[in-house]
Amino acid sequence: MPIEVNGKTYETDEEGYLANLSEWTPEVGEAMAKEDGTELSDEHWEVINFLREYYDEYQIAPAVRVLTKAIGKKLGKEKGNSKYLYELFPYGPAKQACKYAGLPKPTGCV
Amino acid sequence: MSDIKKFLYLNRKAPYGTIYALESLEVVLIGAAFEQDVSLAFVDDGVYQLVKGQDTSEIGMKNFSPTYNALGDYDVNKLYVEKESLEARGLTEDDLMPLTYEDEDDDWAEKPSIRVVSSAELADIMDEQDVVLAF
Repeated sequence: MPIEVNGKTYETDEEGYLANLSEWTPEVGEAMAKEDGTELSDEHWEVINFLREYYDEYQIAPAVRVLTKAIGKKLGKEKGNSKYLYELFPYGPAKQACKYAGLPKPTGCV
Repeated sequence: MSDIKKFLYLNRKAPYGTIYALESLEVVLIGAAFEQDVSLAFVDDGVYQLVKGQDTSEIGMKNFSPTYNALGDYDVNKLYVEKESLEARGLTEDDLMPLTYEDEDDDWAEKPSIRVVSSAELADIMDEQDVVLAF
């Protein structure tokens, strides 16, 4: 289902992930979150930006176990745990945050 | 409760031109979630998968070689490369990406993941496995 932001239409796959990752803007992420009923806070953006950097470096979206460990290392132990991440992204931190970040669904994520 | 098996993924093909290398890497990343004892072996043209400075811009395929750097994060840190295959292609370990992992049991010291082994050593390693998956 395509998503429309500021008059521009963005193609997505059947699960709402952005079809063309180079088209992503923060506004697209905001709009996707809004559709799910989520208002993105600075804490959400910390994770989203982290995922984009990870993808840029490794060309994959990390599995949730890897994400949790890496967030803990970069942003501190109090954020590197599933409780914190699931509170921000109740549909699954890797799955939901990757969507707002304009990345494909993590490899191996069902 | 958990029954940890030794899995070895054997990679024999060049990275591009067929889908085998990328498929193997994706299976490794997915399989890593099951916390088994995983190692990878690279023989024949498979050694090209780890060559540094890959550039796919002219062939219209995604360069997935940076993803090998993520294997350490997935606790996949045994990458065996067959010495004879390297030599037959005029390559040395210096031509390969310097892949590393952080050793949790050694204060997160950064250690190399790639181990160049002889054909005979690799045969012994394969012999120790519970499961060998060839790509």
